[in-house]
Amino acid sequence: MAEHPPAPRTAPRLSATFTPEVMAEIRRAAATGIYDIRGAGAKRALPHLDDLLFLGASISRYPLEGYRERCGTEVVLGGRFASKPIHLKTPVTIAGMSFGSLSANAKEALGRGASLAGTSTTTGDGGMTPEERRHSRTLVYQYLPSRYGMNPDDLRRADAIEVVVGQGAKPGGGGMLLGQKITERVAGMRCLPPGIDQRSACRHPDWTGPDDLAIKIEELREITDWEKPIYVKVGASRPYYDTALAAKSGADVVVLDGMQGGTAATQDVFIEHVGIPTLAAIRPAVQALQDLGLHREVQLVVSGGIRSGADVAKVLALGADAVAIGTAALIALGDNDPRWQAEYEALGTTAGAYDDWHEGKDPAGITTQDPGLAARLDPELAGRRLANYLAVMTLEAQTIARACGKSHLHNLEPEDLVALTIEAAAMAQVPLAGTGWIPGREAPGNGPF
Amino acid sequence: MPTIDLRTSALRDLNRALHALAPDTNETRWIVENPDGRHAVAVGLDAAVSVEIDGHVGYYCAGMNKQASVVVNGNAGVGVAENMISGFVHVRGDASQAAGATAHGGMLLIDGNAGARCGISMKGVDILVKGSIGHMSAFMAQAGTLTVLGDAGEALGDSLYEARLYVRGSVTSLGADCIEKAMRDEHRAQLFARLEAAGLAGEVDAGEFRRYGSARSLYHFHVDNAGAY
Repeated sequence: MAEHPPAPRTAPRLSATFTPEVMAEIRRAAATGIYDIRGAGAKRALPHLDDLLFLGASISRYPLEGYRERCGTEVVLGGRFASKPIHLKTPVTIAGMSFGSLSANAKEALGRGASLAGTSTTTGDGGMTPEERRHSRTLVYQYLPSRYGMNPDDLRRADAIEVVVGQGAKPGGGGMLLGQKITERVAGMRCLPPGIDQRSACRHPDWTGPDDLAIKIEELREITDWEKPIYVKVGASRPYYDTALAAKSGADVVVLDGMQGGTAATQDVFIEHVGIPTLAAIRPAVQALQDLGLHREVQLVVSGGIRSGADVAKVLALGADAVAIGTAALIALGDNDPRWQAEYEALGTTAGAYDDWHEGKDPAGITTQDPGLAARLDPELAGRRLANYLAVMTLEAQTIARACGKSHLHNLEPEDLVALTIEAAAMAQVPLAGTGWIPGREAPGNGPF
Repeated sequence: MPTIDLRTSALRDLNRALHALAPDTNETRWIVENPDGRHAVAVGLDAAVSVEIDGHVGYYCAGMNKQASVVVNGNAGVGVAENMISGFVHVRGDASQAAGATAHGGMLLIDGNAGARCGISMKGVDILVKGSIGHMSAFMAQAGTLTVLGDAGEALGDSLYEARLYVRGSVTSLGADCIEKAMRDEHRAQLFARLEAAGLAGEVDAGEFRRYGSARSLYHFHVDNAGAY
């Protein structure tokens, strides 16, 4: 009697819901009883600027000559009420990152790179260091809920003031800088004992709501004799209303940070599940300014996952005046560089995935206060790398703008764009490629926001 | 002695004039009349001058003050002397919420009561309130002293760092990580110095106060403390 071959078995099947990563996190949580804290922004796949394409010039529109005809990139921020608005050569600015979360060398490198490129850099939670002021031609001073290091001398030394309401990685959240990064110098600037976990408040201590914000802005203007541009930074959550309320409160500039925007440290669950993607936030914010008749009078700066000149051009085409980069700037300095692969592996990670910025063990010497690690970053060389990167982004954006027939980056417009997906078409309010269909446009009464 | 009437002069002009004072100015005494609740009166000063304001002020009076002495002959709105660096601010009436918020130094003296969140996130200022203070006062207070001759509301000193709180009256409740601590000689001496600076030496007995400070149990995040947050 012939033997039957073994019956075919069901192949091992991994769950799309309980993926290996999900299961690893469940096991980690079960073992430790504490949520995961990390740096950087949302890592999940999101509708993003990659889902948009430009329509180059054709018969109906003619392009500009690539190496001959001018395509302007300069931008002026803060002319609404400030007597000394800031003038930048490129619309790519450096987002707020603190001394404390970053080393002094890293802050200096950001200032050097931004200054070489003719753009601005921004302080963070923890105050202004002399190094970054000295090396930053244009420095934006953040006014945060914690007010760590806040003082009127630095306020006057700044070129602009950014009232931080929230950030894209954690709209509605404060922060915590773990004790290992609270060195004597960091602690001294924040008026705290060295070595303790430093909590950053999620709300400002002396104002709540838009009516108070207007009074707070008035105070800051009075202190600085109405010279400094005042930005208001919000995490992308309700961009239409937040932008409208910031403008109504008297902001010169609104900074809108999508959920891909990075943070020094917060809960992973916060980063991945609170807030909305950058792509979804831009049009409502622009619409708010248009509805108020303030588009271009109040400038809109967008951040959160900006990586290339294409991203810059797309954000500007959707109606923003400038962008800000944070994570990308750190990568340009040397963050997550494969040259440190062996050390990343020793930390249980790999180059490109390292995000335990709060632990202060960064092999690249950027997100650390360890003197030995911090010394690995040469601020002059790193600043040059950042300047190169900013130059490339600017050139790339110009390349696209010229192809669309624009003599200035600000002349890019939504009509230059199409979307690759229905989601991106709905969020960006541009047609799905090859169609005239803009999802959501057919029901204006409902509003997209 | 310059006298500025805010019914006929712009606030912007007042603050600009005060900012423009040279360190060796002879105009060391200023009078501000009819503030009528205006916000941001005498903010950002950085000169050893005295400014006397006759009337009630709105938000952030004497905000970010350095060196100057600012006296309010009336009540003060939200955030009086917020983020003060140095100098002296005296409210002869009551103060609203967040008095002395985040202030780094100097002294804030309030003759009446102060509202909620008095001394929130204070970073080194000395605040003395002759009346009582509202709830959540000294929330996340980092450094300095808060002295209260009257009572304190709910959740005093919640998530406190190293600020010292001296209260003569009752405390409705203490916030997370805030505990009563023993009054040792060094604290009595510190309290006496604050009372003396407020002109209360000989009038108020430092022995009647109780001291509150941080238990420091929340200084390092630990899951076992999650219920405290």
